[in-house]
Amino acid sequence: MARITSLAEAIAANIHDGDTVALEGFTHLIPHAACHEIIRQGRKSLTLIRMTPDLVYDQMIGMGCVKKLVFSWGGNPGVGSLHRFRDAVEKQWPLPLELEEHSHAAMANAYEAGAAGQPCAIFRGYIGGDLPKVNPRIKHITCPFTGEQLAAIPAHRPDVAVIHAQRADKAGNVMIEGVLGVQKEAVLASKRSVVTVEEIVDELPARSLNAVVLPHWTVGAIAAVPGGAFPSYAQGYYPRNNSFYKQWDDIAKDRDSFHAWMKANVLDKGPEAFAQYAGTRHAAAE
Amino acid sequence: MADYKPTEMMTIAAARSLKNDDICFVGIGQPSAACNLARLTHAPDITLIYESGTLGTKPTVLPLSIGDGELCETALTTVSVPEMFRYWLQGGRIKVGFLGGAQIDKYANLNTTVVGPYDKPKVRLPGGGGAPEIATSCGEIFIIMAQGKRSFVDKLDFVTSIGHVSGGDSRQKLGVKTKGPTKLITDLAIFAPDPETREMTVVSIHPGVTREQIQDNTGWTVKFAAQVEETPAPTARELEVLRELHARTARAHAAA
Repeated sequence: MARITSLAEAIAANIHDGDTVALEGFTHLIPHAACHEIIRQGRKSLTLIRMTPDLVYDQMIGMGCVKKLVFSWGGNPGVGSLHRFRDAVEKQWPLPLELEEHSHAAMANAYEAGAAGQPCAIFRGYIGGDLPKVNPRIKHITCPFTGEQLAAIPAHRPDVAVIHAQRADKAGNVMIEGVLGVQKEAVLASKRSVVTVEEIVDELPARSLNAVVLPHWTVGAIAAVPGGAFPSYAQGYYPRNNSFYKQWDDIAKDRDSFHAWMKANVLDKGPEAFAQYAGTRHAAAE
Repeated sequence: MADYKPTEMMTIAAARSLKNDDICFVGIGQPSAACNLARLTHAPDITLIYESGTLGTKPTVLPLSIGDGELCETALTTVSVPEMFRYWLQGGRIKVGFLGGAQIDKYANLNTTVVGPYDKPKVRLPGGGGAPEIATSCGEIFIIMAQGKRSFVDKLDFVTSIGHVSGGDSRQKLGVKTKGPTKLITDLAIFAPDPETREMTVVSIHPGVTREQIQDNTGWTVKFAAQVEETPAPTARELEVLRELHARTARAHAAA
């Protein structure tokens, strides 16, 4: 049942050392403010699941929060490497990082299987490539009807899903618009969830009859953090800050400049620092 | 003839490979530039699909990421990522998929995972993303990659996504029914699979490029088709549209 709270309380109550956590958002609505709060609270030994690790996991890996990463594409989109992720894999800095590597199709299927309460995801995939040789959790199953060999991987069942959405109403119903990613599946697959939103409104506004809404009884903690997806974006509120994604390449390349940035912008700040990036709501097509 | 860069020739040659009725799964970078150039020139009705779930998108600038807001705002509709991969990609509804990589071999298998051993990589690359299933689910695959000895290698460090596997009918023997890589477009030439061996073979050389240059930038002994054409040079209009697209994109990304 949804509970509206502060971000600090939401993270403290829901994310513990050693948990399996999925921060989702496919380019859009990436929960940056929640990521910063997890780092500030000093969580350790997390297993992180995410299709595209992106800057949020680069930051958590570089700050030593992470034991294992379950993922399918670990880069800075359109820019290049995630340097903290690479440093951990190539030089075990600051800690060794265990990898469980998949393809996008596999990860998307595994979230869906988790949401559906199934033990595994079955799909036509991984044919001929080397990933099954390095990931023992990729197995195969024979279709009982056709005899076709299909790939199977365990369903994702995170302890906690963390997402950012445009808005929630006072009852805790959460509405998501635009590029949807796998957030709905991630929340439904998880035992607990933390949702940050641009705003909490009395009632959800006029919407399509098929709008994506997570009912309040499927959601855990909700915190209003305007601007909380920056430098990712919130459709209808503010655009993706592509120039920051390019700047991150330089910030993260070097261990010292990374730490200086994290101290100034994360450790010494709070969620309210994101408010400066928040836009005011406008029609999606503007 | 207009002055142009080898990468412009590469993007333009890739754009020309696309038809007006194609349904195309677009990757970020070179593929995105080629697909949008095709849409802005000879293929205005082409359906472009990005893996963020945007179906039939018409961006005015190139997205930096696979899910920039403009892709969604200009799309016919946007579906969730599981639906994208299950119904649209794996359902076999996409005719052309674009791929690139850090390494390619002569059968157009691709590596985007690691340089060096998987457990102790010299360079950890981003990984497969959508590629393993794009490579087998799309009707056919076009690959865009600039040539060089470090990227065009005799043996891949890791097979992220398959092309023609070990040649001949080895791809079909894995149970894959789609065509695989039918074109490899580089900054020097266009390769296509040999009908028998499936080895990627030079079928067209870009203007001013020599066979020696192609060989010097390839880590295996390059085969040339019996009849090798010269790629037509970029037209003034192709160059103008491509450069305007890149200029618009640079302005937009600097502003945001």
